[in-house]
Amino acid sequence: MTDILNAFVLLANFVVIPGLAYGSQLALGALGVTMVYSVLRFSNFAHGELMSFGAMICVLITWWLNSAGIGIAPLPTALLALPVAIMLTIGLALVTDKLVFAYYRAKRAETVTYLIVSVGVMFFTGGLIRFIIGPDDRVFADGERFWLKARTFKEVTGLSEGLAIKASQGITIVLAVSVVAALFWFLNRTKTGKSMRAYSDNEDLALLSGINPERVVLITWIITGALAALAGTLYGLDKSYKPFTYLSLLLPIFASAIVGGVGSPVGAIAGGYVIAFSELLVTFAYKKVLSYLTFENWIPEGLVQLLSTDYKIAVSFVILLIVLLIKPTGLFSGKTI
Amino acid sequence: MAYLAGENMTGGYGDADILHDCSISVEKGEIAVVVGPNGAGKSTAMKAVFGMLPLRQGQVMLDGEDITGLKPQERVLKGMGFVPQTQNVFPGLSVLENLEMGAFIRNDDIHQTLEQIFQLFPILAEKAFQPAGELSGGQRQQVAVGRALMTRPKILMLDEPTAGVSPIVMDELFDRIIEVARSGIAILMVEQNAKQALSIADKGFVLVQGRNRYTDTGAALLADNDVRKAFLGG
Repeated sequence: MTDILNAFVLLANFVVIPGLAYGSQLALGALGVTMVYSVLRFSNFAHGELMSFGAMICVLITWWLNSAGIGIAPLPTALLALPVAIMLTIGLALVTDKLVFAYYRAKRAETVTYLIVSVGVMFFTGGLIRFIIGPDDRVFADGERFWLKARTFKEVTGLSEGLAIKASQGITIVLAVSVVAALFWFLNRTKTGKSMRAYSDNEDLALLSGINPERVVLITWIITGALAALAGTLYGLDKSYKPFTYLSLLLPIFASAIVGGVGSPVGAIAGGYVIAFSELLVTFAYKKVLSYLTFENWIPEGLVQLLSTDYKIAVSFVILLIVLLIKPTGLFSGKTI
Repeated sequence: MAYLAGENMTGGYGDADILHDCSISVEKGEIAVVVGPNGAGKSTAMKAVFGMLPLRQGQVMLDGEDITGLKPQERVLKGMGFVPQTQNVFPGLSVLENLEMGAFIRNDDIHQTLEQIFQLFPILAEKAFQPAGELSGGQRQQVAVGRALMTRPKILMLDEPTAGVSPIVMDELFDRIIEVARSGIAILMVEQNAKQALSIADKGFVLVQGRNRYTDTGAALLADNDVRKAFLGG
């Protein structure tokens, strides 16, 4: 019996909790991509860099607050910096829209043109970020590191496996759940939210109903910017902040959005967790779990790991391919790209 | 002077004109029907009246005011409602949300209007929380008409409201449209089912190649031998 419990705790510690945290980060990112796609009708490849920008602002403000001796321990200082980071990220999103995307929207540009334009914005933003903060790896998580320490858990339960919840994981899950709840309340219960869904559903009829397209676009960027800054900061807190990682984060984020069904907010969230858990489950070494569940001489010699962690990114590719081949509209029947 | 009138409208999408000196009009509480063969410019004439087609000549008058230069959205504010032929609902929104979006420009209490629409189309009350995209063709048309009525328009313009619905549903829709007209709203509609449409019409316009061919009361047009032979199948 203890062995089974130990196996569960082991899985919870290395798969479930990291999966929930990473999945929440992906879900928040995918929500931003899906919002832009359903309202503005293009795939925004600059979204990863928008997340990076938000995290960068957070890092800079955290440094400044640290040097001024201001903090909110035991919580990380970054949470104090987050509102400002959100504001500035929204600002960047609105400026790029005004300077770049608005022009192509007025021209009613083709999807492919938009896509290339967003790649251009992606490179520009990436360059801007490295110009400001440099390409190095930065750790900016401070305050209490753990909500639940592995040792405390072992002492309390008497199990030989420990369960740890990092502060960054706990904060990620709590914030993601509350932000998503607020977003759904906004989209489904408020007049403005409904008008955004209406605009995304049928643009011409929305115009005939007197819905102001410019206002819808503005609110979409505000939500997207806020989601991006939040997702970027949470990811940075959980791992560390390195500008280049946000470029490679783009793939699992798009995979999440497409797997769930592009344009479907529920799909983006489901997709985020599907991708996160697949990555973790496929790269987890099951040897120790098996050692708890089988007889001693049945324990395999290898690590019982399906894929090396180096191939983590390939998992999103494979899932993306499977979904596009079998159900191109995604799990929650979004639009096909 | 009619309540709403498109006068001597000439225009089209590119260089070639589709409408040539075409006039249509409707009075309050009246049903005016535009009929004609395929490609006669019926829908185009409706679009021109609603400001979705640039006019080279002619004007659109609403209650004595020249609204030729107004955008479609501005005409909605002036009390015009338009139900397009296709894609006339928000498929992902529930029926109730569709109606709420119809009333987007209103800031007052919309419950009374909602009640009236649920009375007119009881099926919508039943399906209030179902996505409009999951409804049948006839029910969807009712959502579309209901959405346009939510602004409490003085004029309701319908582009082939009975396209693709069964004859029974068509009769029912016509009944509802008559009811709407009785409440004092002017109704201007384009119809493929010319015979049935003319039979409920106070006024009929027969268009051919973008020009007015016959204009008379619905009953007179139905009785006219030439019209019967050429457009109503004998």
